Amino acid sequence: MSGQTWQPAVYAALKAARITQLAYVPDAGHAYLIEQAHADPDMEAVVLTTEEEGIAMAAGAWLGGQRAVLLMQSSGVGNCINMLSLPLNCRMPFFTLVTMRGEWGEFNPWQVPMGSATPAVLGAAGVHCRRVDEPKDAAEVVAYSAALAFDSAVPVAVLFSQRLIGAKVFVK
Amino acid sequence: MSRSNAYPPDGTLDRRAVAACLLRDPGDLLVVTGLGSTTYDAGAAGDRPLNFYLWGAMGGAAMIGLGLAIAQPTKHVLVMTGDGEQLMGIGAIATLAGARRPNLSVAVLDNARFGETGAQRSHTSLGTDLAAVAKACGWEATAVAEDMDAVEALRPRLRREPLFAVIRISPAEVPRHLPPRDGAYLTHRFRAALGLPPL
Repeated sequence: MSGQTWQPAVYAALKAARITQLAYVPDAGHAYLIEQAHADPDMEAVVLTTEEEGIAMAAGAWLGGQRAVLLMQSSGVGNCINMLSLPLNCRMPFFTLVTMRGEWGEFNPWQVPMGSATPAVLGAAGVHCRRVDEPKDAAEVVAYSAALAFDSAVPVAVLFSQRLIGAKVFVK
Repeated sequence: MSRSNAYPPDGTLDRRAVAACLLRDPGDLLVVTGLGSTTYDAGAAGDRPLNFYLWGAMGGAAMIGLGLAIAQPTKHVLVMTGDGEQLMGIGAIATLAGARRPNLSVAVLDNARFGETGAQRSHTSLGTDLAAVAKACGWEATAVAEDMDAVEALRPRLRREPLFAVIRISPAEVPRHLPPRDGAYLTHRFRAALGLPPL
């Protein structure tokens, strides 16, 4: 998959933030970042079976002196809630990029409940949320959100809106 | 259709003796323990900065081990957890197998019970064999230990090779031993012991 114009800048922002571990549950909207990570000898890319694994992996990375990012889609946010007690209790950074579903021309109604609840659920769990709607803002929001996470040791999520990603086409 | 109520026989090993063996002379072994009894076991074996105890985040121990093993490739990471904690994070057995880190081992102290909550039977007494699960997920080295000689033989292997071991312990209760539970403290002292700076 070729990256949309903003996606290479987002990967560059992850690199500039000195992130060296990238955990993911696949999503089409993250496909470019995942491909780049696997091709990058200085990035350890790990595929997960469920999203909360990535929170624990990021905690281990921090204990060992590295920085991690978790890529997931909004449907995975609900899987993460109790595991968020880990970075909060341990006053560790946590940084995640979330592709939104269920909000912009969504075809699949099963994506709507968790997509709608994502910002409120993350907020209730103590995660700082930043949202990207415009391609021109993506890299800057990622860069400054990573700085907030790693420099102030707090959990931060960047939500990539479904309008930005493009609604998944089911019927061509 | 009738159901069989035949449970497998309980393990016999004393969990504190197992932990004391696995963690004897730990050197710079990086240890992560799971919510509940393995946290107490590791504390009882000797509190040290390079022990990271989970008091929550159930199911997360093995994945913390993975992030740590990637970050510290010259040191070995031992995840010591219980059957209930590993069952909650059962997908992590596959994730760790796929990640293929040479410096990461898992030891499951299996009493076939959820010990923290009233000793209800766990899936390992209902047919789940975690060593077989690990093997099926792609772990090349798996082991089951049922006596202390076998545990002693596992001790060096758990410090030098990627091994998934199940150690069958007795479900008997042992005295509580409560190591520190402040996550920020545990994090800072662990990082400091590795020479990592505070914020």
